[in-house]
Amino acid sequence: MEYAPQLYSTALRMTRNAADAEDLVQETMMRGYRSFDTFAEGTNLRAWLYRILTNAFINRYRSKQRRPMETDLADVEDLYLYKRVSTMENAAGSLSAEDQFLDLFTDDEVKSALEVLPDTFKLPVVLADVEGFAYKEIAEMLDVPVGTVMSRLHRGRKAMQKELYEYAKARGLVDTPQDSD
Amino acid sequence: MADCKETLNELEPYIDGELSADAKEHIHGHLDGCVDCQQAFEFHLELKAAIRRKVNNDELPSGLLMRLESCLKEDFDGDGNVGDPSDR
Repeated sequence: MEYAPQLYSTALRMTRNAADAEDLVQETMMRGYRSFDTFAEGTNLRAWLYRILTNAFINRYRSKQRRPMETDLADVEDLYLYKRVSTMENAAGSLSAEDQFLDLFTDDEVKSALEVLPDTFKLPVVLADVEGFAYKEIAEMLDVPVGTVMSRLHRGRKAMQKELYEYAKARGLVDTPQDSD
Repeated sequence: MADCKETLNELEPYIDGELSADAKEHIHGHLDGCVDCQQAFEFHLELKAAIRRKVNNDELPSGLLMRLESCLKEDFDGDGNVGDPSDR
């Protein structure tokens, strides 16, 4: 039961809906209890539960959406947010550190920037950045090779950074004279 | 000594704690002498921490907790066991 709050938080990111997230967590916990004899003693219980959660989500919602494509996400340049924030600081001089800039984002903005990603990219980012799982654990949960986890993380993170930067622009937190997009 | 391009290629595995001790040392060798890369690494470490801090804070609905607990009080799967198996 101690993992229920984390599972619920992740389920909310996945489904973007409280009722669906509750159902998903209940299904995960029940499946977990039912198949607890398959849990290998001495391995990571949290990772095992997250694998059940991830599978439950994919099974439940796969039929609702077309198969996600790697190409569903526009390509974003590397270090997208960093390049813009470091330039801005030099120009404005009003923000002394990048972490102060990051603190300007509300919790809801960061959650939203994550939730709008296609599932293919959202899941690796949630599992790595929010839940802190290792590449190997994420690869097992998603049933893809570690290299695929890394490339999806890379693209998902850049897309999320671009989304955050759009929020910053919309709220007037940054001046963007040099931006071409 | 790693150059900037090589170092930035390892940025994500680095912040994710996926590099071996040797690979990390190689990266540190470059970062010690390159303020630009050092700033980029610090920014992304802070970004990862900020995401975790700002996203991982949803409150578990009390109704869900009650539902989960009541499921555990009964032998819902008929295996003759009641309760949280991880406590057994």
